Amino acid sequence: MPTFKVFRYNPKTGDQAYFQTYQLPEIKGMTVLEGLYYILENIDPTLAFRSSCRQGVCGSCAMHIGEKYRLACETQIADIGDSVSIRPLAHMKIIRDLVVDLDPFFAQYEKIKPYLIPSGEPPTREFKQSPAQRAKIDFHVDCILCACCYGSCPVVATDEKYLGPHALLKALRFVDDSRDGATNERLAYLASDFGVFRCHTIFNCQQVCPKDLDPTGAIGKLKMKALWAKFTGKLGKNE
Amino acid sequence: MFYDVIIVGGGLAGMRAAIAAHDAGAKVGLISKIHPVRSHSGAAQGGINAALANHPQGKDDTPERHAYDTIKGSDFLADQDAVEIMTSAAPGIIFEFEHWGCPFSRFEDGSIAQRPFGGAGFPRTCYGADRTGLYLLHTLFEQVVKRKIDVLYERFVTKLTVKGGRCAGVIVMNLHSGEFQAIGGNAVIFATGGSGRVYSVNTTNAHASTGLGVVIPYWAGIPLEDMEFIQFHPTGLDGSSILMTEGCRGEGGYLINNKGERFMKNYVSEKIMELAPRDITARAMQTEINEGRGFEDRYLHLDLRHLGAKKIMERLPGIREICLNFKSIDPIKDPIPVHPAMHYTMGGIECDKDGVTKIDGFYAAGECACVSVHGANRLGGNSLLDTVVFGARCGRHAADRVKKMSQTVDTDTLDSALKEEKERYKQLCSSSGKENPYTIKNELSQVMMDKFGIFRNETDMKKGLEEAKILKERFAHIRAIPDTGKFNYDFLWVTEIAGNIEAGLCIATGALARSESRGSHFRIDFSKRDDEKWLKHSLFTYVPEGPQLSYQPVTMGKYKPEERKY
Ligand SMILES: Cc1cc2nc3c(=O)[nH]c(=O)nc-3n(C[C@H](O)[C@H](O)[C@H](O)COP(=O)(O)OP(=O)(O)OC[C@H]3O[C@@H](n4cnc5c(N)ncnc54)[C@H](O)[C@@H]3O)c2cc1C
Ligand code: FES
Repeated sequence: MPTFKVFRYNPKTGDQAYFQTYQLPEIKGMTVLEGLYYILENIDPTLAFRSSCRQGVCGSCAMHIGEKYRLACETQIADIGDSVSIRPLAHMKIIRDLVVDLDPFFAQYEKIKPYLIPSGEPPTREFKQSPAQRAKIDFHVDCILCACCYGSCPVVATDEKYLGPHALLKALRFVDDSRDGATNERLAYLASDFGVFRCHTIFNCQQVCPKDLDPTGAIGKLKMKALWAKFTGKLGKNE
Repeated sequence: MFYDVIIVGGGLAGMRAAIAAHDAGAKVGLISKIHPVRSHSGAAQGGINAALANHPQGKDDTPERHAYDTIKGSDFLADQDAVEIMTSAAPGIIFEFEHWGCPFSRFEDGSIAQRPFGGAGFPRTCYGADRTGLYLLHTLFEQVVKRKIDVLYERFVTKLTVKGGRCAGVIVMNLHSGEFQAIGGNAVIFATGGSGRVYSVNTTNAHASTGLGVVIPYWAGIPLEDMEFIQFHPTGLDGSSILMTEGCRGEGGYLINNKGERFMKNYVSEKIMELAPRDITARAMQTEINEGRGFEDRYLHLDLRHLGAKKIMERLPGIREICLNFKSIDPIKDPIPVHPAMHYTMGGIECDKDGVTKIDGFYAAGECACVSVHGANRLGGNSLLDTVVFGARCGRHAADRVKKMSQTVDTDTLDSALKEEKERYKQLCSSSGKENPYTIKNELSQVMMDKFGIFRNETDMKKGLEEAKILKERFAHIRAIPDTGKFNYDFLWVTEIAGNIEAGLCIATGALARSESRGSHFRIDFSKRDDEKWLKHSLFTYVPEGPQLSYQPVTMGKYKPEERKY
């Protein structure tokens, strides 16, 4: 029978945080998220956790499960053994139980101008983009903003101004997009004090990404691009 | 708190409406119980329809052909003027997405890639691998960020305030603080998505896709339309019912029974096979399973193996990932076990082609709305299109309307609604009842699946309706909700169940009354379409003893009802 050890905290009660143990029935193929729902619906309606799609695409259910940041809905209990310990994502304020404050996470994302800035007026039909050009942004565009990377990054932990792996991966998605016309301005911002050069290449983000994306590699690539732009005198102004 | 235009829902419809209203000069507040990027639009896989004529076999495609396919697919229940608006706006709205950076897949010539989908005369479904919804959703969120639109996320709307036929705003539970708040607005747009969780035992929909989104306006006096039309998607993954996109078959996948047969040849022409519309395919599959040609009496095989590793990795990588994570199988090497699963609600809040409803200042858009462009059966790829075309129209209309108004907040109405909600919450928290609300949720969805599923008949439906009514009665005696303060998810999910029950009652009542078969609504006891009696929309008006039914005519146009042959 699986046992869940779940992090509990409610500011309203004034109690210290603690771990609570729940016994679950053995159900073949049960995911950690289904386990949490089982608790909410049958054992303890006070348990708080985010979720929605239950298919690994909405990014709601990121948490620390058995030694790793991952998505509860994509994790089979059977794959991690019968004793499952569950904590909220790190480096963000815990609001209640497994729910953390994601405002800073989204605020950093907004800073990198996460939208296409085309260089000229758009054509009447689509911008042409060859399959090879499109392939350059493969994977980067698959990020679901679950914050596993953010929660696992030691630089995020120590520097609240650091843009973070999710925002930087997103930035590369525009820098590498053949339709975007603001590369040098973007690079100038990304090369600033809180950008790519704050990354210590620890690889945590790459290791935990549930979508197998590579924010570490993306940051490395942006570092090279920024340096090259600097050397060739193309780096834009950082406003 | 006051906005010109309040939008409830951060999916494609809600965000597209927000952008349109903002661009038309309104001060917009976007409210959502989950963060916009978490909306279920992001789970859409296969694609979005537009007659771009980019596909080599689609050079003759036009918005008219798209309209005809949609109307025929709807079994002639769609309003033809609305369909024409949608299909002619389609190319423009896709190009706009592309100009905003949406990463569509591409053809060799650099144009947006398109794939064949069920019920369509030409390959016209534009896609980004099998993550089209994710790409569209994130592209819209990017545009919302660019415009600095106020996003109030994790605010759970529990009530729409209406007084004297005018809408004054909404009451929300702010999950972050655990407090109720009133938010006033001169216009309120509901874009709350589908009601799949009414069938929670077997649906492709997210936990957040519940009946409450249509039921809140219904409680406030706005009629619902065509609720009995529920789409079952042919290919839900066995077990979890997670969707295996129609794109699997669009790319050439086969449906196979336990005799190793591509059984669709027994139901439709050899030219169409697996790409018949969803109602027909789902019925064929259920027939195979019922007649003993399924596996373990439960599922059939969706076979992609002949497509080869390269095509699967390139065009259907998300499908492969889901199969690996949730079923430990690899579609490159193994057939996928699938069965039909509840997927889409064709019905919803009754509104016109600008989202305008019976209540002044209240609008609806997206899956929660019934414009109606899908009639009795929606074609794959048309829903994403519906959300953004009518989302944009609705946002513009609402903004234009409020420009003509002075900013008067009806604070009295809002205040008294706020007080009511706080009182209701207190009562829920101090209930002495014993029923587990989640047991009721599960029982309801089992009733809906068993009695209001793919094949329906009077005896079962009568029984089912009675059972649903008893569940509503039992729900009045649920156990107390713990007052946990911040992020009271028990309160949220239990409130959603109240919505599921009410939506379920509408579905049941409408289905029992409609003594014909049309699109997704198939009755064993009335297996033919009956245009003379039933070429009309059902309307559901809230009264405490159950929905009151009335009917309204379908807007016809060029296309006369004909037998649907594929
Ligand atoms: C798995 C899957 C795949 C699909 N694939 C396709 C496809 O390939 N092509 C296609 O055309 N269609 C597809 N569809 C259908 C299509 O995706 C949906 O119909 C469409 O995305 C619905 O969008 P929406 O904006 O109306 O709602 P949603 O995206 O569901 O958004 C609803 C929003 O409303 C908010 N909300 C709801 N209730 C409340 C409340 N009480 N208070 C506050 N906020 C609330 C939610 O937080 C959410 O932000 C698919 C559907 C599913 C389930
Ligand atoms: S619930 Fe959506 S990613 Fe897990």
